[in-house]
Amino acid sequence: MFTRYTAALAALLLVSAAPFAQAADKPTDPQIAHIAYTAGVLDIEAAKQALEKSKTKEVVDFAKDMERDHEAVNKQALDLVKKLKVKPEDNATSQALTKAAKEERAKLAKLQGAAFDKAYIENEVAYHKQVNGALETLLIPSASNAELKSLLETGLKIFQGHEQHAEHVAGMLK
Amino acid sequence: MNAIALHRLLWLAVPGLVLATLPAAAATIQVTIDKLVFSPATVEAKVGDTIEWVNKDVIAHTATVKGSWEVMIPPKKSASLTLKAAGAVDYFCRFHPNMKGHLDVSP
Ligand SMILES: [Cu+2]
Repeated sequence: MFTRYTAALAALLLVSAAPFAQAADKPTDPQIAHIAYTAGVLDIEAAKQALEKSKTKEVVDFAKDMERDHEAVNKQALDLVKKLKVKPEDNATSQALTKAAKEERAKLAKLQGAAFDKAYIENEVAYHKQVNGALETLLIPSASNAELKSLLETGLKIFQGHEQHAEHVAGMLK
Repeated sequence: MNAIALHRLLWLAVPGLVLATLPAAAATIQVTIDKLVFSPATVEAKVGDTIEWVNKDVIAHTATVKGSWEVMIPPKKSASLTLKAAGAVDYFCRFHPNMKGHLDVSP
């Protein structure tokens, strides 16, 4: 009985834990580069889904902004890892992020019109909040290369801007 | 008045007119955008001055005043605005609202 309860509790904690919370160990620079790049790719994919599905100007404009910014930042990240001869390394956090994003896309695929718009923008707020939290508390403090750290710090400012932008669009949809 | 006199009058008058219509000291003031920061964040200017935003970032930004003007500043490019009205305005970037700037425009 008691064992079953703790098992259920553990399962619940695992489900509700954000992908980043599972990374107990300090990530290495190749892993950090992979996580940051993946976070950008996933938001570009989310934007592409919104561009296909939404007809609301504010939402379409926002998705275009996300696509454009994350592509530019990821290009910069690729240039930097090339320069530093760092090979981005796949890891549990990147995989958890990718899995969560895939599930979210499947959920959004079933929605139409205003329901889609609302769910997409709310997820954008939550997603940027989650990535920003990880950048602040885990990725930036763990980065050892100064140039990588600086790129992540600029990335954090951009993503914080996106979070505020998403909150603004969410407010307009209400 | 004969043609020569008219000519002389124009020669005298035209530079005077040009001087009179130019604002006393129209200046171009640069605001640099680097890593999502407008600097200087606060600019004191006069009506007729031009603000030139120089974007060093790889992403586009805007300088936007709510309900008024907006200047789009593409990545690695510059964009300008000539100030037409006096007053103090707060501006921000519409893409990244955490970027803020301020203009104090005197008449
Ligand atoms: Cu901006």
